[in-house]
Amino acid sequence: MLETIWFLLWGILWALYFMLDGFDLGLGTLMPFLGKNDTERRIIYNTMGPFWDGNEVWLITAGGVTFAAFPGTYAVLFSAFYSPLMIILFALIIRAAAFEFRGKLPGRAWRSLWDGCLALGSFVPALLFGVAFANIFRGIPIDGEGVYQGSLFTLLNLYSLLGGLLFLLLFLVHGALWLAVKSEGILQQRAIRYAKSLWLLLVIVAVLFLAHTWFETDLYHNYRLIPALFLIPLCAVLALLLVRAYLSQKTCVKAWFASCLVIICVTLFGVMGLYPNMLISSMNPAYNLTAFNAASSPGTLKIMLVVALIFVPIVILYQGWVYLLFRHKVHTEDLQSDEAY
Amino acid sequence: MDVLFLSRLQFAVATYFHFLFVPLTLGLSLLIAIMQSLHLRTGNEEYRAMAKFWGKLFLINFVIGVVTGITLEFQFGTNWSRYSRYVGDIFGPLLAIEATVAFFLESTFIAVWAFGWKRLSARVHTLSIWLVAIASNISALWILIANSWMQSPVGFVVKKGRPVLNDLVAVVTQPYAILTILHTLAAAYVVTAFFVMGISAYHILRKQHGSFFLRSFRMGLILGLISSLFVLAEGHMHAAMLAGAQPAKMAALETHWETSTYAPVYILALPDQENARNSIQIGAIPGALSVLAFHTPSAEVKGLRDIPAGERPPVAAVFFSFRLMITLGLLFALLTIVAWFRRNKLESSPWLLRILLYAIPFPYVTCALGWTVTELGRQPWIVYGLMKTGDAVSPVAASQVGTSLVAFILVYSLLGIAAFGLMARSARQGPQRTPVPVHSGKEA
Repeated sequence: MLETIWFLLWGILWALYFMLDGFDLGLGTLMPFLGKNDTERRIIYNTMGPFWDGNEVWLITAGGVTFAAFPGTYAVLFSAFYSPLMIILFALIIRAAAFEFRGKLPGRAWRSLWDGCLALGSFVPALLFGVAFANIFRGIPIDGEGVYQGSLFTLLNLYSLLGGLLFLLLFLVHGALWLAVKSEGILQQRAIRYAKSLWLLLVIVAVLFLAHTWFETDLYHNYRLIPALFLIPLCAVLALLLVRAYLSQKTCVKAWFASCLVIICVTLFGVMGLYPNMLISSMNPAYNLTAFNAASSPGTLKIMLVVALIFVPIVILYQGWVYLLFRHKVHTEDLQSDEAY
Repeated sequence: MDVLFLSRLQFAVATYFHFLFVPLTLGLSLLIAIMQSLHLRTGNEEYRAMAKFWGKLFLINFVIGVVTGITLEFQFGTNWSRYSRYVGDIFGPLLAIEATVAFFLESTFIAVWAFGWKRLSARVHTLSIWLVAIASNISALWILIANSWMQSPVGFVVKKGRPVLNDLVAVVTQPYAILTILHTLAAAYVVTAFFVMGISAYHILRKQHGSFFLRSFRMGLILGLISSLFVLAEGHMHAAMLAGAQPAKMAALETHWETSTYAPVYILALPDQENARNSIQIGAIPGALSVLAFHTPSAEVKGLRDIPAGERPPVAAVFFSFRLMITLGLLFALLTIVAWFRRNKLESSPWLLRILLYAIPFPYVTCALGWTVTELGRQPWIVYGLMKTGDAVSPVAASQVGTSLVAFILVYSLLGIAAFGLMARSARQGPQRTPVPVHSGKEA
């Protein structure tokens, strides 16, 4: 029971991480295309300014919770995905530096350098998180000792690349919508235009991915057992349609919230299909890591549950307050402040 | 080169680099919170300008500290997966608690601090700075509790060959953890104090910005005096605790080979690990090590020869790092005492100001030496007495670790140059004289 609760919490933490960091990863990737001059680019940076750091902590928490609640999964997953994870980490590092350093010097070359770092540092994690999760759904060659028997290229297959593309597009739409919410004028128009085109691509890739999932994974198994679970993907589809409908009405805030729902439901669709597995071995189902064989002791799970149930709601409250506090559109005069990016 | 060596090197690179940014985050946040509170209380605009100026340096430093911290958490999984599996039940929760309880608070309110100057009442804004300061110190506390558990594992029972948590309170409140927290926080405040005094000294020497840097200097000096004296006193308790918790490390600190009463400290010694002796030892102070370890000269101190050769730490590295750390620590205390007596005559003490300016890097070096003593002194164990470092490493290819290590060195070097370069530039520029005008109209 404790293990199942933690499995759900684990899935929810990842979903929240993707929902929150998703928009700044997506917008970071789009920044060079959406911002045509330095002022526009600075506006884009500052729409993410007060949020990206707090969002990234959800990744650290998702990682920390995997370590605490499912050390078996943490150990095998992170060492099997050694190279992609390292690439993600370096991407996140240059990206954070880009936020903080870009505006500190006026030179054009300096700013272009960090613009490149922001775009690359946002694009790579967006893509690789999708690749990683698709591989988790599909299974990777893990032996009985939890040792990964493949290479970096084992992880790059058609299905996982499709998963990467799906995540990337989810985040790109999410990011374009965020800019549409936080900006006005030409920049907002451009963001809406991008969101519309990317939305179409997202729909195509999502259909392809779901179809592929049928053949490549056992994710639908749980759904056949409990058909009520189909509400989750159904909710994802409806939310995705809502995104487009709100976009047509130019009600960007609603479109962004619908996009949040899409990301949450897509992540939960995968997680619920995976249960009770956390990492599937393509060598032998007996080697699968599950919520039960990879979990910490009941004592630790209980302590962590108390901590999580107290502090995660508090975190959500104060982060929500910060989102409200900085909900205003970013204007050129906001760029005058000393601390603006 | 094997995976173990490369992974250790990589973890060392990542930790040393991370800890170039942590101390300032811990100490400077507190000083800035105090500055801003003084502004709130006195209405003196200079305090506000101080909070702004030091805040600018703080933010550059902060972001690098954050991102280099993420790589450390993830490296337990990528490079030390066998360790992670083995200790996950105890070590994992400590990291997870750190993230949920402290790191969220720190990373969320740093944004309120940076972007909230005009959007919040002065009171709430000041509170957000305090929250960052408190949260980053609490964050350090949990990480140090986790590290202390590796040094001195408590509060567990072994089930199915793995330690399982049975007493979280024991893990959190053990003396090893408490002393480590005090030691590390005090050392971080020394770094901060010398940073603030050094940069202030630069401007006082140039006779610019008037009272701004005299005031800053004074705040740095008070922090420096208290923390550098405290760290000496605490360091003594620390050594005494080590004698009980980690006799091998204790013996390595003073390259002590033979178990003996009236154990001496040598003024000059050169350890010879292979032959389990000192090739040179000059100027014995009889009983000094016994006093250090057990507060009485007749106490018996275990020598390294009574520890199996395979369980001895690399003595020379630990010994020399320890010596240098102590020497520097004493110098910091001496310098702050001298500065205290010259505090009203700073402008006529250019020699002191110059020394303090060039002293900025040394507390950083001292922190690195301290971590070297702590971590190398625990070897060959990763969890003292429970698991050896050699059994902890991930089953990954050496080529993978080699590649990521090269990437770490490259990326971190460039990042370090950029960060310290930007900080030096901002520091030299000094405070903004006039507040940046706020335009209401549109601007290109």
